[in-house]
Amino acid sequence: MTTQNNTTIRMSAVNKWFGKMHVLRDIDLTVNKGEHLVLCGPSGSGKSTLIRCINALEEIQGGTIEVNGNQLGKKGANADHIRRDVGMVFQQFNLFPHLTVLQNCMLAPRRIHRISEAEARDKAMHFLEQVHIAEHGHKYPAQLSGGQQQRVAIARALCMGPQVMLFDEPTSALDPEMVKEVLDTMIGLADQGITMICVTHEMGFARAVAHRVIFMDRGEIIETAPPTEFFGTPRHDRTRAFLSQILNH
Amino acid sequence: MYDFDFAPVFQAWRLLAAGAWATVYISAISMALGLVFGIVLTAMRMAPVAALRSIAIGYIELIRNTPFLVQVFFIYFGMPELGLRLNAMEAAILTMTLNCSAYIAEIVRSGVESIRKGQIEAGRALGMSTPDVYRFIVFRPAIRAVYPSLCSQFILMMLNTSLVASISAQELTYAAQMIDNQTFRSFEVYFVLGAIYLILSQLFSLGLGLIGRTYFSYPTK
Amino acid sequence: MIRTFGFPEILFVLEGAKWTILMSLAAFVVGGLLGLLVALARTSGIRPLRIFAAGYIQIFQGTPLLIQLFLVYFGLPLLGVKVELWLAVIAGLSLHASGFLGEIWRGSIQAVPDGQSEAGRALGLGYASRMRDIVLPQAFRISLPATVGFMVNLTKGTALAALLGLTELTRSGQLMSNITFEPLKVYATVGLVYFAICLPLTLCSAQLERRLNAQG
Repeated sequence: MTTQNNTTIRMSAVNKWFGKMHVLRDIDLTVNKGEHLVLCGPSGSGKSTLIRCINALEEIQGGTIEVNGNQLGKKGANADHIRRDVGMVFQQFNLFPHLTVLQNCMLAPRRIHRISEAEARDKAMHFLEQVHIAEHGHKYPAQLSGGQQQRVAIARALCMGPQVMLFDEPTSALDPEMVKEVLDTMIGLADQGITMICVTHEMGFARAVAHRVIFMDRGEIIETAPPTEFFGTPRHDRTRAFLSQILNH
Repeated sequence: MYDFDFAPVFQAWRLLAAGAWATVYISAISMALGLVFGIVLTAMRMAPVAALRSIAIGYIELIRNTPFLVQVFFIYFGMPELGLRLNAMEAAILTMTLNCSAYIAEIVRSGVESIRKGQIEAGRALGMSTPDVYRFIVFRPAIRAVYPSLCSQFILMMLNTSLVASISAQELTYAAQMIDNQTFRSFEVYFVLGAIYLILSQLFSLGLGLIGRTYFSYPTK
Repeated sequence: MIRTFGFPEILFVLEGAKWTILMSLAAFVVGGLLGLLVALARTSGIRPLRIFAAGYIQIFQGTPLLIQLFLVYFGLPLLGVKVELWLAVIAGLSLHASGFLGEIWRGSIQAVPDGQSEAGRALGLGYASRMRDIVLPQAFRISLPATVGFMVNLTKGTALAALLGLTELTRSGQLMSNITFEPLKVYATVGLVYFAICLPLTLCSAQLERRLNAQG
């Protein structure tokens, strides 16, 4: 394979259109193993679209994306293979309402890795304990709070043993008092050295765990810098304008 | 003044009971087969291949826009011309299945369309294949969403079985017609018959509700 | 002599279609008027009326149309009413339609937000005016797709008149099938005629539904 061993994701010259809208423009991005990235930017800047391209939930029209040395094919060929290495956590949690917490976590490992029910259950319990929600394993999603649901969603993704975790505004749909429990869970993951890309406006989180903060606007990566630099001495006008908007509130 | 006399009708209760059993039996078989075929039609209806979609739409609209009775005659009297000779019972079950599947397909489709896109994306993001996503993630919530319509459709179909008496399939209405021919108590016979159908439809409603509560009972907000 | 299913036979079938359309229209109009009363009774403030209407609807939705037609056909003479077959069939279909339309319109009336009727009450409008001027016009709009959809069912339901011996579309087909021994062609033709009558209504219903959903 062409990539170095410590590169997890490599995007080069990625372009995407929604109809006539050019939503990603020449994105070049390399993410190393164990790296924590925070992506921020105004709404409609393309940050969610960018991470959705990595696991082929969106199709790209130009450029290449490689995950763990596997290149994503045109029209999403190879997508299932890549998705198994990439965990994703959604803004709306997207837990399966008809399955218990435990079943939510066991479904994909059982269907894809074809492991036994007992093994899947052990694995699920392990990650549910890690996100401190194992005692709710028998409950259905609708019986949990938003924060609890999101933690289950994180555990569900971890059960597939992903090489990288993508977070798509994981705290935006939560009531304010539940944001912390989810961020704490994510910080815990970061401490374990898991590779992660996180679309979020939680700048405290960015300061605490990000190796690099990336600012996007109108489909372009405008600025990439370590958090101290990014928040202390942003180079670009648009970054400054954005930061002043979200930090002054 | 007409003197009502229900006695001869009740004397023939064995015939009615056997007929009622036959009605339940052919309804249940057709429902099960119709559900399976209806789901296949739904899959075709939503397939990425245009030809499959057109076939499914054409079939569904043809069935939904012609009377069940004409479909029964077409299958029972017309099919032998094409070499498919069926007895009355077989023709009845086949027609009911074909008929029911078109309505079920429309109902199931609206159920599938009611599922949020995020559910499918979550399955995809976990690396699940499309068939697995529909089978394990979409199916149950989709059916749950349209279960009341599905039940009404099943009951409507059970009531429709009365029409297969016209090709001498031996179900409840056929039994009643036999009693009518022997007793000449038409009004009494059909009054009792109506009451039996009313009870059957309540029983179906109860039974289907019970199935719904066991298979689809998970809490929602 | 065996006739083939040719042009004169097709004309005979189309002649039957005239009856099908006439019966559908008559049953829809009469059934609609009765159905409105059923819907109003089902949503009225008077409990016995509501219960009566609920039972009425339950009976028509819980028994086969064929049995309803039989009961009217055999029942009317018992009441001392001697009527022609076609009148009995239209009466039966109308009663059937009133049950189903009553239920559809009950749903539509209840789908109009309570605030609408309350606003009318606040303005001092009586029941008749609240219904006529405020609730029913809105309910009508909501009910249109299902109402047109039911017209399709009613049209298909007229086929059962054939089983009582009325020579409408399906019965014409049976007669032609008996003399030509070409049931496949005959019933395909009959089916297509129904299809030609019903499909425009089905498409119209779907279109109305889309428009209603678009308006939210």
